[in-house]
Amino acid sequence: MILKDKNLIFSGALNKFTVPDLLRKCKLLAEKEIKSIDLKDVETVDGAGVAFLDEISGYFPEKPRIINANTEVKRTIKIFSSVGLQPVPVIEKDNFTVRLGESVLSWKDSVVVSFTLAADIIYWSITGIFERKSHRKGEVIHQSILIGVDALGIISLLSLILGLILALQSAAQLRQFGANIFVADLIAISMVREMGPMMTAIIVAGRSGSSIASEIATMKVTEEIDALRMMALNPIKYIVVPKFHAITICMPLLVTMSTLIGIVGGLIIAVTYLDLSAVSYFNQAINVLTVKDVIIGLMKSLFFAWVIVIIGSYYGLKVKGGSEGVGKVTTLSVVASIFWVIVLDALNSLIFYF
Amino acid sequence: MMKEPIISVRDLVAKYGDKTVLDRVSVDIFPHEITVILGGSGCGKTTLIKNILKLYNPVSGSVKILGKEIIGMEDDEFDQTLKQIGMLFQNGALLNSMTIFENISIPLEQHTSLTPDIIERIIRVKLSLVNLESAADLTPSELSGGMKKRVALARAIALDPEILICDEPSAGLDPLTSASLDELILKLKELLKMTIIIVTHELASIHRIADRLIFLHDNKIIFTGTLAEAKSTDIPEVESFFRVGRFE
Repeated sequence: MILKDKNLIFSGALNKFTVPDLLRKCKLLAEKEIKSIDLKDVETVDGAGVAFLDEISGYFPEKPRIINANTEVKRTIKIFSSVGLQPVPVIEKDNFTVRLGESVLSWKDSVVVSFTLAADIIYWSITGIFERKSHRKGEVIHQSILIGVDALGIISLLSLILGLILALQSAAQLRQFGANIFVADLIAISMVREMGPMMTAIIVAGRSGSSIASEIATMKVTEEIDALRMMALNPIKYIVVPKFHAITICMPLLVTMSTLIGIVGGLIIAVTYLDLSAVSYFNQAINVLTVKDVIIGLMKSLFFAWVIVIIGSYYGLKVKGGSEGVGKVTTLSVVASIFWVIVLDALNSLIFYF
Repeated sequence: MMKEPIISVRDLVAKYGDKTVLDRVSVDIFPHEITVILGGSGCGKTTLIKNILKLYNPVSGSVKILGKEIIGMEDDEFDQTLKQIGMLFQNGALLNSMTIFENISIPLEQHTSLTPDIIERIIRVKLSLVNLESAADLTPSELSGGMKKRVALARAIALDPEILICDEPSAGLDPLTSASLDELILKLKELLKMTIIIVTHELASIHRIADRLIFLHDNKIIFTGTLAEAKSTDIPEVESFFRVGRFE
């Protein structure tokens, strides 16, 4: 690049590789009087080169003329010139009050939609018990394997560890008072009333809740839900109801398993660390539990299960956009499921044990 | 004198599991030409493109792009080759989490040291070339199928690549948009001396833009030549393709 008699002369190629350096040099000439830009020795120009010419035209007090460009360069400039194009619009953000109002309204809408969906799911699940044709044959068994059988391993292992931890943490304290036998009370009550149902629900929310949300969301973005509607099928009956039935069957069984294995975890510590016999540990555990505890624990697990399916379906069906939307709603559904499981658990404790 | 090919494929074999999709395919793509790859559905057109670009790994054969053998090439070196290639995918393949502006800015920001002002100008021009100036701030999910394809073309030509590969650019577009896309492709060839490879079935499009045709059938190339040669050939599959597709 040469500056000669108010004439800026370029040579060679004006392209994405040469432009950054030329732009730096031109910035040093800003505010100088340049009458013309001479492209006589310019052989090739690409999109970046034309953008560069447009950009530097604004650097000088008077817009310089482009001269001596060969025919090909002239045509390229004509095609790729950004002069006269609208700048990319900047979207103004709404102020705080507008955003607050919008989020309140959208929250209200979400509540209405989720309750309507919950009512739909529950209604179709009840009628679905007597109506075998509304979903694929064997779908409930298939879903039960996915939700229940496949989760057995991880739930068993975590319950055992949880039982061990609870017993180990309390053993040292109980021993000081010679109250070793009460470790059985502590483990039995905490596993049946709280830890069994809640931990199982959190694992199921993470495993099955996320899978329900992402499966439904993917079906929505790939128009499979619309395709089902067009085949005169009710997507809730066809997709959600089998999952609802499966989780209703599996969740109490998983919770029972989790509770029993947690109690066995406590037994290991009771026998090895607190010198209790297995028989006295089990007798104590059975004596301290009431039928009410067991029934409330199992009922709670059913509510947790339904919340997980309803929330997974709600977020799956509300997906917007493509693959990114699926990821978003899956995360939201897991967070919401865990949140509502804990809130429901707290409500349950308030109602039955306060 | 015959030009040196810009892409040269020799004895390429590609398989999906045990099924052979390309059987010892050899083909040359010449610079500054529009080469159209055509053939029936499932004959391996897209597979050929994806094997040339190493998106799939061929079982055997040789692929030279810009004179360099790319089979067995190190990833870093192949990245340099890829910077000279723009690809328009069948469904656009835009990144859904980004706006249109951000999608087109990816190659410009990652592979050049251009300033944001220059990048913005380039994006505006590329969007105006595909008649989508007003879509810069939208996300791909807010666009129709045809619009997505046009944005994907704008992204493919963001770096003014030497080679542009388009997988079914006209599929799903109305005839007017399809014709304007063809015009743009012709302009890119003429002005930027791009070498353009197009996979398409659209006869109207083929008539408008093709310099050279490659016809795939039963996992093999059965014809290579100009449009005029293709129309006068007596190879039954090629002859019936042009006869059945005729609409005069």
